[in-house]
Amino acid sequence: MIQMTRLFYIFIFLVTMTAISCSREGTGDKDDASTITIAGSTSVMPFTEKLAEYFMLDHPDFVINVQGGGSTAGVQACLNRTVDIGMSSRNLKDDEKTLNTITICNDGIAIVVHPNNTINNLTLEQIRDIFNGRIKNWKDLGWIDRRIDAVTREEGSGTRGSFEELVMNKMEIDDGIMVQDSNGSVKEIIATDPYAIGYISLGLLDKRVKGLAIDGIAPTVENIKNGSYLIVRPFLFITNGTPGEKVRLFIDYVLSNDGQTILKKEGLIDIM
Amino acid sequence: MTVTALKKEQFVKFVLTVFALSSLLFLFLIFAFILIEGLPLFHKAGLKNIIFGLKWAPTKGLFGIFPMIISSFLVTFGALLIGGPMGLSCAVYLSEYSGKKMKMLLKPALELLAGIPSVVYGFLGVIYIVPLVRNFLGGSGFSLLATSIILGIMILPTIISISFDSIASVPKSFREGSLAMGATKWQTLYKVVIPAAKSGIMAGFILGMGRAIGETMAVIMIAGNALKIPTGILDPLRTLTGNIALELAYATGDHRQGLFSTGVVLLVIIMALNYIANFWIKKKRLN
Repeated sequence: MIQMTRLFYIFIFLVTMTAISCSREGTGDKDDASTITIAGSTSVMPFTEKLAEYFMLDHPDFVINVQGGGSTAGVQACLNRTVDIGMSSRNLKDDEKTLNTITICNDGIAIVVHPNNTINNLTLEQIRDIFNGRIKNWKDLGWIDRRIDAVTREEGSGTRGSFEELVMNKMEIDDGIMVQDSNGSVKEIIATDPYAIGYISLGLLDKRVKGLAIDGIAPTVENIKNGSYLIVRPFLFITNGTPGEKVRLFIDYVLSNDGQTILKKEGLIDIM
Repeated sequence: MTVTALKKEQFVKFVLTVFALSSLLFLFLIFAFILIEGLPLFHKAGLKNIIFGLKWAPTKGLFGIFPMIISSFLVTFGALLIGGPMGLSCAVYLSEYSGKKMKMLLKPALELLAGIPSVVYGFLGVIYIVPLVRNFLGGSGFSLLATSIILGIMILPTIISISFDSIASVPKSFREGSLAMGATKWQTLYKVVIPAAKSGIMAGFILGMGRAIGETMAVIMIAGNALKIPTGILDPLRTLTGNIALELAYATGDHRQGLFSTGVVLLVIIMALNYIANFWIKKKRLN
């Protein structure tokens, strides 16, 4: 019994200590370090994190918090001024245009199929018809007689938003099409299902999947830079009004030679 | 007992009561939270348009979750079709046929099966079941069938443990009476033991259903998540839980509320299932 109560007091003590230590942290030196909060698109997030890492090496007094949440959440947070910089992987809608946008780089969207698929080229019209549900069989595209397993992204995703804007041209994506919630899981399906087709960020293109040429133009960095490959979306930093001095410093770094080189290495299209 | 010891005693009792009641508080908070977030949309979009609506396009103001309700029930019954007979057989074997050694091997194995995280089941489904279905039966493999198989395995521990308890608790005199009348072991099982344990077995099945309908991670990975009502067992489908987990990351405003409305519907279904299971368990006690 005595042991029980002793254990109990130890427990209470630990809880109290945790509570105290937590509250201390909260009231700690807030304005000492220069904190920049960034949130938004999960497509842009990994690259921003990388940039922030390198930036903080050179500027040890800076603390940069990068969070996800999605493009729409990023824009909203920026409107509410809860973050310093919002990230978006799609263009702003009309009612969001009051915000200040900075394109940090571009990202192509590649239409991908399994490497065993003999088709190398589709027209934009054909891709639209596949995702609209009008073309359901590979036979109609000059391959074998087999149903097309098309994969799209979930509602609200920035990649899906850009795909709808750039490819679908106001037509709806069919309800019978499979939905996955990340670039990674779309790629996984394409890489394992020989009859699948989907779309992923160009930076993620590798030997496991085959990127299709669209109207004869292959999805490559050169083709995006010379403007011939058209399924390209901007990666945006968004600020509410003119950014402050500290925020400006980070944005300048991202747009500098160093920052752009990092993005280029990650497979994105730099804006130099 | 001294006064201080008495005080300590009272103090400990008080603290334990507080912790015990906190679980009730959590349940209440979850209810309140989901209802507060989800109900406004029912008012705005209309109960009928949400529950019987066929089209889910939350960014365009359409919140129909009827296909997902149907899909959730389809995978659940599919899982029951696969897991039910397997689970019941295993429970009967454990209680009536297995020796002590076998029981000592099987029981911990089943507990382990229950403890495997669902993402691992999903992973196995993607790597093995989905390609098998695709190669031998056609379609993309991400389908009602593959999901039912995985869920069928996942609900086995629930079904087995509850059915086993109920079969094992059938009084020995029932079996002896039947055997004394000249019935074989199988006849005894089929005509006496299983009917006597029926309510417990039913409760096990219904709790298994609850587990299947609430499963999320494994389902997202193998169901394909298409928004249409499946027309065959090889079609992809999206469940209620899958819908919430898939879209929550990006959802804002009405879209987010739509997901909470999905949660409200799910909550009602789970509550109904638990109520039915309790009904069967109570019936067993009355017998």
